[in-house]
Order: sequence, then structure tokens, then C-alpha cells
Amino acid sequence: MIVSSIKSFGRYCMFMTQVFRLPDKWRVFFQKLVFEISKLGVDSIPLVIIISLFIGAVICIQMTINIVSPLIPSYSTGLATREILILEFSSTMMSLILAGKVGSNIASEIGTMRVTEQIDALEIMGINSANFIVLPKIVGFVLFIPVLVVLSMFMGLLGGWFIAEFTTMISVENYVYGIQSFFNEWYVWYGIIKTLFFAFIITSVAAYYGYYVKGGALEVGQASTRSVVSSSILILLSDVILTKLLLQ
Amino acid sequence: MIEAKHVSKWFDGVQVLHDISARFEAGKTNLIIGQSGSGKTVFMKCLIGLLTPEEGEILYDGRRFRSLNTEEKRQLRSEIGMLFQGSALFDNETVLGNVMFPLKMFSKKSHAEQLERAHFCISRVGLNNADDKYPSEISGGMQKRVAIARAIALNPRYLFCDEPNSGLDPRTSILIDELLSDITHEYGITTVINTHDMNSVLGIGENIVFINKGHCDWTGNDSTIYRSTNKSLNDFVFASKLFKEVKKFLERKYESGEE
Repeated sequence: MIVSSIKSFGRYCMFMTQVFRLPDKWRVFFQKLVFEISKLGVDSIPLVIIISLFIGAVICIQMTINIVSPLIPSYSTGLATREILILEFSSTMMSLILAGKVGSNIASEIGTMRVTEQIDALEIMGINSANFIVLPKIVGFVLFIPVLVVLSMFMGLLGGWFIAEFTTMISVENYVYGIQSFFNEWYVWYGIIKTLFFAFIITSVAAYYGYYVKGGALEVGQASTRSVVSSSILILLSDVILTKLLLQ
Repeated sequence: MIEAKHVSKWFDGVQVLHDISARFEAGKTNLIIGQSGSGKTVFMKCLIGLLTPEEGEILYDGRRFRSLNTEEKRQLRSEIGMLFQGSALFDNETVLGNVMFPLKMFSKKSHAEQLERAHFCISRVGLNNADDKYPSEISGGMQKRVAIARAIALNPRYLFCDEPNSGLDPRTSILIDELLSDITHEYGITTVINTHDMNSVLGIGENIVFINKGHCDWTGNDSTIYRSTNKSLNDFVFASKLFKEVKKFLERKYESGEE
């Protein structure tokens, strides 16, 4: 187990040295970059909006129900909702969700290219296939993920606002006052910085599993599952390390 | 011309290629034939450089593949066209995009000239009105044609085809064979075809290498194959009742002195 993990890590590092080379044709690279930003990033916007909106609303309800002590000011609901969304949900939880969507997409796409010999075709032409296929995906997603994170934060807070506006659980004034109270701008940056690492983990781990698929359709599916599991574990592990480094 | 000299290859301690030597001549359709699992695909991958043989060497017109540096290998690869068994077309590119791909990556021509060349290649393989279609929208035979058009886009000196007829009906198979043969003679390409289709063997086999259990068991051409006394070759080539009858007919024809 340990030996195979070390071997896998070594192969992953070797793979990354192939990926991070200068592109053969910059024009083709930028075309692919725009395509990947659209496919991996822009296409994830609806998912981010829906999940953040509902989770923001649920967090607001949970906070309202649980913070009932007369000693705690009523605006604490908004404050707690904001902190949960900015510190963990919009960065870490959203990255775990995106690991499922984006990671499985990348692993299955590259895995299919491997088993249908499209990667061999690129190699025969003298193209660095790892660089050609994977680099635009990593760069594109790392560049676009801050947009998704900020959008998620905003939509989550909006979800809480809907609860304040359309129910009698908390007043809008208290909620809006709460989400503005004791605001620490660094927390937003902390969330964004974390997700840059997570985006790299999601894309590179999924690409690695897809690139080294052997077999057929069944193995492509297995690689896709393994990539989601591995990247989720790595995201959680790096979340602990980054939180210690960035918030202490 | 491509030469393989004493090529041997192992996988996990098991030897799959045993000291194979063969010559593949320019301007001819060279066939590698053999049963499934005989090692012909491994041999072809060694020829192309997708696998590195543990022993022996591959020479491309005298250039030792193993001794080439990265830039020289890159240059050589740009002289190679490859037709894969499953066509290996890029799913997210149209027919035109697939044929344009090697031109975009390697050609210094203007975009208009690249388009002109791509259209020429597409029409050369007999495909019309398919430029905007995706691989999933066209038939297997059409996919093979697109793959051939892509393979010849850069005017390759060497063309490799891995089982070009697999999954195709007999009529389409013959058309693909004829197309490959025509292109080979027209441009003087060194074409190497990996096949176990007997129609191809008897139809376009100008130079045939028979691989049996990882050994090069026989070499010849489509007119000498039916006279061979090699038992493994005869068991393989004339396995079906139809081809046994063909062999008898050809032998009678040969004995009577007819051409």
C-alpha cells in the first residue's frame, strides 16, 4: 500500500514535469484555454448558483433555530451564516462538489482519449500529449475558480437573505446588519487562495488518473471514481494545512 | 525504407518478440500479418517508437531511431502518418478540424493554404460534404477515410496502418485497401500495414512479413504466398474453406503456366 502510493506519487510528479512545459503552439494553447475555461468553469456556474443559494438558506435557518439565547444578539445569525459560507462552504465544500463534476469530466475525457488511441495519435505526431491536453485544463480552471468562489459566497448570502425576506424567522435588517458586522476582508482572500490549490488538485489528479488508464470503458469509469476519491481526500488534507498556514 | 534489425521485446519477463529482422520498402504496401496475439501490433509499435525494444534497432532510411535526439525524433515523427485501428479521430473536432490538426501544429503555411491542403486531402480520400460533421456522426468507413486524410496531410514519407479493415464490410475494406495502395504508389510512401484480412494479403501485399508467436516466420509477396510450404503460414492464410479453394485454384493456374 505504502510502496504503491509512493510509486503513484513519483509517477504523478513525472507526469507533472511533462505537463508543465512550454506549449508547442501558443495560438493553439490559447484557443484550448478559452475552450476549457468555458467547459470547466462557465458550465459549472449553474451548479454553483443552485447549491450555494439553497445551502445559504439552510445555514440561515439552522442558525436562527439554534441561536435562541437572549444573551446572543439577533444579528449573530447573519454573521454566522457569512462566516460559514466564506470560510468553509464556498471554498472547501464547493471544491469537493466541483471535484465530482469537473474531476470526473476530466478523468473520463482523457481516459477515453487514451483507450481510443487519440493520445497515441498525438504522440505519433510528435506532440507532447500531456502538455497539449492537460495544461489548458489546469490553467483554465485555476484561473476561473476565484469567480466561482466569489459567486458562491454571494449566492449563499443571497439564500440567507431570502429566508429573512420571505419568512418571519429573522428580520432583513438584522440579517443585513449581521453579514456586515465584524467583516474581515482577509477571510475572502483566504477562501480564494485555498481554492487555487484545490483547483490544481482537482484538475491534475483527474488528468493523471485519466492519462494512465489501461483497458476499456470499465477502466475509464473506475479511473473517474478513483480520481474523485483521491482529489477529495487531498482537498481535505490540504485544507487543514492551508488553514493552519493562512489563519494562524 | 524502414529496417528492423534483430528486434526483441519483453513484457514482465515474457519475451513477445524474438530477434525479428525485416525490411519495408519505399513505394510499396508492406504488410505485417499474423494471428491475434502473435506480436504484430507490438512489432508495429516498436517500429513507430511507441514501444522501445530491449534489443535490436529500427532504421528510417538509415537513421537509427534510438540514436536520434529529441529534436531529430520530433522531425522524424512529423514525417510519419498513422492510421489507427479505431481511427483515433479527435472527438471534439469536426472532419475538417481533424485533417487540419497536423497542419495547424506543424505547417508553416498560411491558414488559407492549410485549408486548401485539408480540402485536397479530404477530396483525395473521396469524402465530400462531410467537413462539418463530427466523428460520431459518420460511419466507420468514413472515419477511416478521415483518418487517412489526416495521416497524409503533411505529406508523410512513412505511413503506418494498424488493421485498417477491422470492423468494415468487405466492399468498404477493399475500397480502403485500394485507397492505401493508390496513395502509396502516388506519393512513393513507405507504407506498413498491420492486418489479418486475407483480402488485403492477396490484394495489395507487395511485401509481406509473417509473424508467428513473436518470430518472423516468412517473408514474400502476394504472388509467392500461395506457393509457400510454411505450415504455420498456410494454416493462417488458408484457414477458411474459401481461401483453401482459392489456393487450389491459384496452384492449378500456376502449374498450367498461366499468368
